[in-house]
Formats: sequence, C-alpha cells, structure tokens
Amino acid sequence: MRDHLSRRGFLGLTAGAAVLAGCGTASSGGSSGSGGSGGRLRAVFAGGGATEVLDPHLANLFNEAARAKALYDKLADLGSDVSPQPRLAEKWEPNTGFTLWRITLRQARFHDGRPVRAQDVLASYARITDPGKTFRAKSSLALIDLPNSRAVDDRTVEFRLKRPFAEFPNVLAAFGAYIVPEGTVDFSRPVGSGPFSFVSWQPGRSVLLRRNPDYWEGAPYLEELEFLIANEESARVNALMSGQVEYAHDLTPATARQHEGRVTLVRAPNSAMQAFAMKVDRPPFDDRDLREALFLLTDRQQLVDTVMPGAGQIGNDLFGKGYEHYASSIPQRAPDLDKARALIRKAGADGLTVELTTSTAAAGFVEAAAVFADQLRAAGLKATIVNGSKDTYWSDILTKGSITSFRSGAMPIETHIAQRLLSASTTNATKWARPEFDALYETAVSARNAADREAAYLKMQQLLHAEGGLLVWGFADWIVATSPKVSGVRAAPANTLDWARFDKVKLA
Amino acid sequence: MNPARYAARRLAVGILQIAGVACLVFLMAESLPGDAAVVLAGDQPDPTRIAQIRAGLGLDRPLADRFAAWASGIVLGDFGTSLVSGRPVTEIMLDALAPTAVLAGLTVLLLVPLSILLGVAAALREGSRLDRALTAASTALYAVPEFALAIMLVAVFGVALAWLPPTGLGGLTAAALVLPVSVLLVRPVCSTGRLVRSAMIDVLASPYVRHARRLGLSWFAHALPNALAPAVQHLARTVDWLLGGVIVVEAVFVVPGLGSTLADAVGQRDLPVLQGLALLFAATTVLVNLLADVAVLRLAPRA
Repeated sequence: MRDHLSRRGFLGLTAGAAVLAGCGTASSGGSSGSGGSGGRLRAVFAGGGATEVLDPHLANLFNEAARAKALYDKLADLGSDVSPQPRLAEKWEPNTGFTLWRITLRQARFHDGRPVRAQDVLASYARITDPGKTFRAKSSLALIDLPNSRAVDDRTVEFRLKRPFAEFPNVLAAFGAYIVPEGTVDFSRPVGSGPFSFVSWQPGRSVLLRRNPDYWEGAPYLEELEFLIANEESARVNALMSGQVEYAHDLTPATARQHEGRVTLVRAPNSAMQAFAMKVDRPPFDDRDLREALFLLTDRQQLVDTVMPGAGQIGNDLFGKGYEHYASSIPQRAPDLDKARALIRKAGADGLTVELTTSTAAAGFVEAAAVFADQLRAAGLKATIVNGSKDTYWSDILTKGSITSFRSGAMPIETHIAQRLLSASTTNATKWARPEFDALYETAVSARNAADREAAYLKMQQLLHAEGGLLVWGFADWIVATSPKVSGVRAAPANTLDWARFDKVKLA
Repeated sequence: MNPARYAARRLAVGILQIAGVACLVFLMAESLPGDAAVVLAGDQPDPTRIAQIRAGLGLDRPLADRFAAWASGIVLGDFGTSLVSGRPVTEIMLDALAPTAVLAGLTVLLLVPLSILLGVAAALREGSRLDRALTAASTALYAVPEFALAIMLVAVFGVALAWLPPTGLGGLTAAALVLPVSVLLVRPVCSTGRLVRSAMIDVLASPYVRHARRLGLSWFAHALPNALAPAVQHLARTVDWLLGGVIVVEAVFVVPGLGSTLADAVGQRDLPVLQGLALLFAATTVLVNLLADVAVLRLAPRA
C-alpha cells in the first residue's frame, strides 16, 4: 500500500517529469550490430502489450514463448519432425512398463552461477502443477506422480507416472514446462539456464537480453537480443524494411508475397494445420456418408491457392503431416464431385443448408470459409456462413455449431489425439468419441513393443481418415522475415526447438 | 460569475459524473460475451482449466461483491491488478500515459499557434485567393481519416524515402515523433483553423471593432480573444480526444500508449485495466472541459 501511495504522489506532483522520463527511456536505436559476430539483434513480435508477463510458466503468446526459450530451458523440446529431443535432460530411460523414468541432467548452470539440479526440476514441476494455479503445462504434467518422484542425486531425477506412458518425453517438451531455480517466486528479473540472460524489461515495449557465455550448448553469436512488440503486421514489416529491427515474426502469405525480394523470408512448411471441424455427434454430420461427401467435394488445392498462395500445401484429413507417427502411407484424397453428390443423395441431404461457423480468430479463417461455402454449393448443398466472436471462438466451438473453422499449431500427434479426439478429451471440437479408438490410443502410448505402438497410430489415423470429423484441407507455412544481414534463422514451426531460436543466429 | 465558485461547482458535478461512468463501464464490461477466463484460455479452452482460472481471478463471485470490492478499492486509491498479468493497474496506466501525453502535448503545442495563424490569416483576407486556397485545402485534408494518412506517410517518408523512423519501436525520439504528431495535427488544425476564421470574421464585423478601427485604436488585441472563445471549446474536445490515446495512430506507429492499452484490455476482458482507464478518461474529460469553460469565461466574460 505504501508503495502504491507513493506512486500516486508521483503521478500528481511530477506528471511532467514522468512524461519526460518515459520519453527518455527509449532503447538505444541505431545500435544494430555490425562487424563480425556479436551485435544486437532486434526482433519484433505481436504480443500482449502492457499486460505481458516474464514468468515462463505463464507464457502464452508468441513473444512470451520466444523470450521464455531465450532465458530458460526445458528438459526436452520438439525437433523438426515434432519428436522430443533431449535438452536439459541428457538422456531418459524408462522401465519396461513405462511407469518409471530416470532422467539424467546435463551439467548446466543458471545465470547466477548455481548448477541446475534435480531439485530444481522437481520444484519447477511442482510449481506448474500447483492445484491452486492454472499454468498452461499443468494438464500435460498431470500424469506425473510427483510426491513419489524423487531426486536420486543432483543430476538424476526419477519420475513415477500415474499410468504407463511411452511418450513421456513429449511431456518434458510441453509448452511452458521450463525449469526455474528452486524457490523462485519473483520473475521481474528472471534467472534461467538459457542461452541469454536478463538485462532489462519495459512492459509492453521491450525486453533486453545479453549473451550467456557459459551456455551448455555453446555461447550465442549475438552479444545482445532485444524483443520488441508491434501488434500490426504492417508495422513489423515497415520496421524491418527501414532497419529499425532485424527480425519480424509471423507474416501472412499475402504480405510475404508483396515484400518478396526486399526482405529475406524464412518459411517453415507443415506448421499450421487448416481444417473444418464437423461435429459427429449431431445432425447433419452424425451421418458418416455426409462427412465422406464433404471430404470428397473439397477442392483442397483451390483453398490453398486462395487462402495461402505460395505458402502452404494440401492436407489429407489428418493432423501432423511430416511429423513422427504420421500415416504417410494413406493415399492423398482427391476431389470427386460425382461421388460426393451421390453420397449427399444417399444421406438424403440434397439441398441441405450447412451452417459454417467461422471468425477472425485466426488468419485466413474467413477467406477459407467463403471459398469452402462455394465448394459446398457446387456439390448441391446450401451454405451459410456464421461469424462468431473472435475473443471467445475457441471456447464457443467446443459446444456450438455443426461445422467450424479450425486450426492447430505444431504438437506431437499423440498430444493432438489426447487433447482433441478421446472420449475424455476436454477440447474435443469434433465430438469424436469411440471406445475402440480410446483403446487404440492406450496401446499407442503404453504397449511394450514399439511395432504394436506404431500399428496403433496407423489404425487410429485410418479410422480418422475414413470417417473422422476433421476435414484437414491444408498446412500453412510459418513465415518469418529478416534483414539480409541476418543468417542462421531456421525454418521451424512455431513452438518447436528451432523456432525463434536466437542462440544460433548471426548478424553479418 | 465568480470563476472560482463556478469551478468548484463544476468539479463536484464532475466527480458525480465520474462515479456514474464507473458504474456504467463495470456493467458494460460484464455484458461482453465471454469473460477474462475464456479469453485467457485462448485456443486451449479446457473447461476445467477455464473454471480454475475463473476461480483464481475471483470471477465466480457474485457481481455485487466484485463491484463493492472494486469500488471500495478505488476510494482507497487502489485500482486493483490486471487479470492477465497480475501487475498493478496504476503501474500499467502510468506506463501507457507517458507516450500518450508526449504525443498529445506536442500536438496541442503546435495546434494552437498553427490554427490561430491560419484562421486569422484567412479571416483578415476574407474571400481572397489565400482564403479560398486555405478553405479548399482544409476541407480536403479534414476528409482524410487518420489511418489512411498514417499509412501513406509511413510508406513515403518511413519506408520509400527512409527519412524518418516508420514506427516508435526504436523509442519515441524526436525523429520518431514527427510522423505521428503530423497525423494527429492535420484534422484538428483544419477544424480549429476554420472555427477561428469564422469567429474572427464575425468579430471583425461587430460594431465595437469597427468603431475601434475608425478611431485608429489597437483593435486586434480586442478582437482576437473574443474570436478565440468558440475555438477554445473545440480545442478542449481535441485535447480530450488526444488524451484518450488515438488507437489507430498508436497502432500504426507502435506507440504503447493509452489507446493501445485500452484496445488490449477490451480484447482480453481485463476488467480492472478497462475500469481504471475508463475512470482516467472520464476524469480527463471532466477536467479538460472545466478548464476550457473557465478559460472562455476569462477570454470573453460575456460569452
């Protein structure tokens, strides 16, 4: 309270001075790194403005996630095929039943010099799973039996799980599962073990970080890294083209096309799944024939060419193209309008009105819905488009609508299934709930024999491809633009290890 | 009328108005679809997680309880903490106030002399080529919305010619302020200039100025204050508009001021931040208008 009153006094008495101070705290513009390695890279992201946070467990937006990975490490992270790769964990060894996992930690240090110990790992996971808190990684970590997990020694953790789980490394790589020093409560000056250490923060404006010379994977090339925020895509591009920043995150295909040649574009394929989610538990899409008709009437290439020209590829009604466990053996579906019309007649749906729910919650949704509505009409259905609220869209479509615009960023196929396609999944937008499918999932994550697990993944995807509710029409590239001086930016889907990974980036 | 007594009475009414705005905004924010918990959950709308977030934020308490807690906090000078970041609302508002105040201050500083100069110049030569040119130019420019002008200026001076920074990302340096202040100036200069012009023409045609001119007295010093009275009211509205943080301008030029903070708070249903800003805006509106009325009283006591 005292602090608060002094603040108000400050506001009343010295408003003019506060204004000038705010003006003067500008980051030192023009100090772009030049001459060999080192220098300062300025990266601009869309972000939450004044309400953003530095707590890595609260990270939610892209700028927060990118900063968290610069400052902190997870035990594992997702590689280019979205399979877990060891990070702070040097290796992991399960028992034969996949209920006990022994993790060996790397020899790493936090920025204040303390070593990263098994106790820090347990404390971090305990914080995330605190019953009174709602950290994003909480549900992923829920299957760890923490009270019965232990630190064997400083560099060995033994996790006991509540049920057998062969994909446990996916949990170690979960979004937001960062390792913080034991006992941390204040994140206003974050201390992590990541490639960059904290220098300063102006909420809503910038975060300045410095190279961590002792990083376990080798010191970054850059001397300094500054994160800036601009919610308008045009502002990010303008800042890049005028040399105010060297890295602009998240461009739409249209913008990328417009500026091709003037900036360096880095495109990561298979990054964002684009789909329509049909609810299989209610009319009209509880009819399997009608779902198949929609699969067949969709002109995926037209959708890709219209919504993300030159920046995407067609999908095959399955999540995770190119990822570990993806069923690439299932042939690509081709449009077959005659068969689709026959199936529509068979389902008694000739002239049926389809209400397509969409919103501006994600780029390209409305455009894709318009194109798809035309494709529905061409097959003899009536189509109307319903625009939902942008802010509450993801929650709304869990219960409302019959067919809705849907997208997903990169995550392991196992995670996608667990979160969205099981009877007990809490974010199941297609209402797909089949006991035999649930059983296949159990086999996929707990069978002792790897071949059995792989067979279960294939069988699940065959079922979804044949009669599931998710019409996956495409995969958008993830597009980042950089100045020509920047090298070492890797093409990687958002939220994987190499995405926004600045320790490997160089400034010429 | 005694200006001091007048101001005191207006201030009392103003406080009532602010209280009214506080209640209204609270109810309006409540009626938005989806609360902060749903928005915070984003594309991970796990219902149990939403329920936990809601409980953690205290959103599961009855409306009356939350309003009472909030209102008593305000009386004690505590605006609460942001639902999204947990930072004190006062801190968030102070951070955002600085850039908005810089933009607004500079704009007003340039607006007053520019619009008086243009208005008086046109009025003194009413009907001349200069007057007609100024009229045509200000009508045309007044019709250009801020966002269009901003995008055009950024494309030309920020990117193509690269004379000026296109955004405030490198900090609000003098160079970075040129484009946003120019955009903010254009429409107010046109409208205020027109008002000064017409008021000046009226005043110049009034008997007392004509009489003063015939007598060879210093008529201009008498004419100008009377001509400015209507413009002061308009200026007050402009200042109020500027202090609210002009969202389009802040977005295009990446200025983290009150406007963008408000837009974020609405999008995230961050009720305490929204509330705090609404109170701040209500207070500035009341104060600015009060100051304008007192100023008019002094400039032209008969008005």
